[in-house]
Amino acid sequence: MKSSFIAMVIKEFKHVIRDGRSLFFLLAQPVMMILLFGFALSNEVKESKVIIVDHAHDLASKGLIQRIDQNRYFHVIGSLSNESEAKEIFEQGRASLIIVFPENFSDDLKHQYKSSVQLIADAHDPNTAAIITTYASAVFRDFQNEQLGLLKMPYEIKVETRMLYNPQLISAYNFVPGVMTLILMILGAMMTSVAIVREKELGTMEVLLASPMHPLQIVLSKAIPYLVLAFITVIIILVLSVFVLHVPIRGSLLLLLAESLLFISTTLALGLLISTITEQQQVAMFISLVGLMLPSLIFSGFMFPIENMPLVLQIISNVIPTKWYYNIVRAIMVKGLGFMSIWKETVILLGMTLVLLTVAIKKFKVHLS
Amino acid sequence: MKKLWILIRKEFAQIFRQPTILRMIIMMPILQLILIPLAADYEVKNINLQVMDFDHSTYSVDLIQKLSASPYFQLVGLPDHPSDAMTQIELNKADLTLTIPLHFEKDLIRENKSTLSIEADAVNGQKASLGVAYAMQIIGDYNREVREKWLQLPRLNEFPQIEVRSSLWYNPFIKYPLFMVPGILALLVTMVGGLMSALNIVSEKEIGTIEQLNVSPIKKYQFLLGKLVPFWVLGLVSITLGLLVARFIYGIIPLGSYFTIYFFSAIYLIGALGVGLLLSTFADTQMQVTLISFFIIMFFVLMGGLYTPIESMPGWAQNLAAFNPVSYFIRVLRFIVIKGSGIKDLLPDLKAMIIFGIVLNVLAVLNYRKRSG
Repeated sequence: MKSSFIAMVIKEFKHVIRDGRSLFFLLAQPVMMILLFGFALSNEVKESKVIIVDHAHDLASKGLIQRIDQNRYFHVIGSLSNESEAKEIFEQGRASLIIVFPENFSDDLKHQYKSSVQLIADAHDPNTAAIITTYASAVFRDFQNEQLGLLKMPYEIKVETRMLYNPQLISAYNFVPGVMTLILMILGAMMTSVAIVREKELGTMEVLLASPMHPLQIVLSKAIPYLVLAFITVIIILVLSVFVLHVPIRGSLLLLLAESLLFISTTLALGLLISTITEQQQVAMFISLVGLMLPSLIFSGFMFPIENMPLVLQIISNVIPTKWYYNIVRAIMVKGLGFMSIWKETVILLGMTLVLLTVAIKKFKVHLS
Repeated sequence: MKKLWILIRKEFAQIFRQPTILRMIIMMPILQLILIPLAADYEVKNINLQVMDFDHSTYSVDLIQKLSASPYFQLVGLPDHPSDAMTQIELNKADLTLTIPLHFEKDLIRENKSTLSIEADAVNGQKASLGVAYAMQIIGDYNREVREKWLQLPRLNEFPQIEVRSSLWYNPFIKYPLFMVPGILALLVTMVGGLMSALNIVSEKEIGTIEQLNVSPIKKYQFLLGKLVPFWVLGLVSITLGLLVARFIYGIIPLGSYFTIYFFSAIYLIGALGVGLLLSTFADTQMQVTLISFFIIMFFVLMGGLYTPIESMPGWAQNLAAFNPVSYFIRVLRFIVIKGSGIKDLLPDLKAMIIFGIVLNVLAVLNYRKRSG
């Protein structure tokens, strides 16, 4: 029985390898994705387009405009004589921030010790708007503090800041583990479900089921080649992350690989489950691509913080495997932590895998009769 | 023309014959559109703050109170020991540690100067730098209060102050669904339309029914047009359903006109379906479609500006994103719905969509082979 199982696995491997075009895509895609998204994705706001309305045209306003332009977050693209054109500028998306200096800006500052500026932000993207207004305010605050510094203000509270794990604030540290999680999730679930449903559609599944093999063995023999392929994908992604994207693996590589193997098993089990409830490849693919893509992305927490979600969705997020695997990868790769800080995630993934697998196999048997 | 009409009727009949698939095409996007925008709030708030207070003075307690009263911060702990603080950060229980040194109050009053330190979990660099910026703002305000208390009034007044007033247009209350619903709708419609049209044709290849069509006197463009029209209609139906969800579940009333929305949708869908048609001419099996569309969909989702602004990407990636049809549709829908932009404001996007529609479909017709093998 054992040797026939091995023979089955070898047969399935041959199946996968024979379709050269698919195999090529299977291995080349993660490479392209991790390189493309690893380099391209960034949530850092930089070079935001700013338009200035300067009613003052004095020393202080000119100095501040120069400071804004030199700041890495901003890029002054032009100036206007008054703010009435703001609506049109925003409707066409030409700038995201308009800074208005009132008349007598310097004079008021010098003689009345008080002056004001107005920031008009295009908040159709609320996140970017919040960030750029905060950073612009900081530019004004720094300017003011420097003026105060010249006056030698007493009672000064200084703040020293330290950015842990990622002092240069490189976006890839956040996005590479996230994209890796997403790729593995979709790839695993999609490949297994489509592969099995394909046999159902073509009718070859019947032939297999008529054989003396246990259904469990048949299903496993289908999953194992994809397990191996997905594991190779993990290794490729990690090599690229370290050597090309310069995202370090600070913790144990062995632990990371073991946890990845566990997560791949979870995704394959999910793929098996999808395959048992569908009869058509189109449906299987639709569920695993369109159905899983956004939930996997959103509930992983690498883009959208889970603590911001309504309670119901926070609870739902717990059943999404990507959330746990992303936590694991981030902890091992970026934070360099050991097993003790991720044992909970590991147990949860293990539990999910077992439950999914059990349900899938139960369903599979029912389907037989 | 008559042939085309018959073909279209045949395609519609085929779609309606498979209620599972039809239901999925309709329900899955709607369900996601109802749920996902609720989760897609990435405002930096709820920053978990812990304070190591070695001073335990009136001043340090005051400062802690000020920070935890801010809507951005949530005080999660007052660890006594640096290693405890670090563990909390490792376990993601805390994002920011503020350390108030011993003699903070004394140094501030007697030596005129005192130093605090902040440590931030910077795996997500943007969240960390924004969190620090918020903390600095509050500490700065507190500093002013201290000065106001200790300095004589006339003297304090001599310190120039710039008051910064900001107004957030279109979304003053920072509501994320307003921003995310149009974006997610654009994405879902594209995914469903592009994917279904590709799968539909390739499944005919796999089953072999395409051969029958190939030997018929139907022209290539007629065949593809016959596939395009039903999915184009379905796409418009999805958009309508999506707008209903936006209207009745999220209370989003477009500032622009519905006419503008449908005008752009109708043009955009031709290009989006063109992606699927072109894809189907390359692939022979649904397995191959699956794999290629995985890449395409990842590209659509991650490089469409749904979450990370395209302006934040490096130059080469921005150029690449210009080839992403979804990025235009996401932008256009957001602009019309949130800002009330009109066709005149969005002419560059319109041009891009028309080009996509023409190029992708012409390529699909050219690349479609009536002979198999």
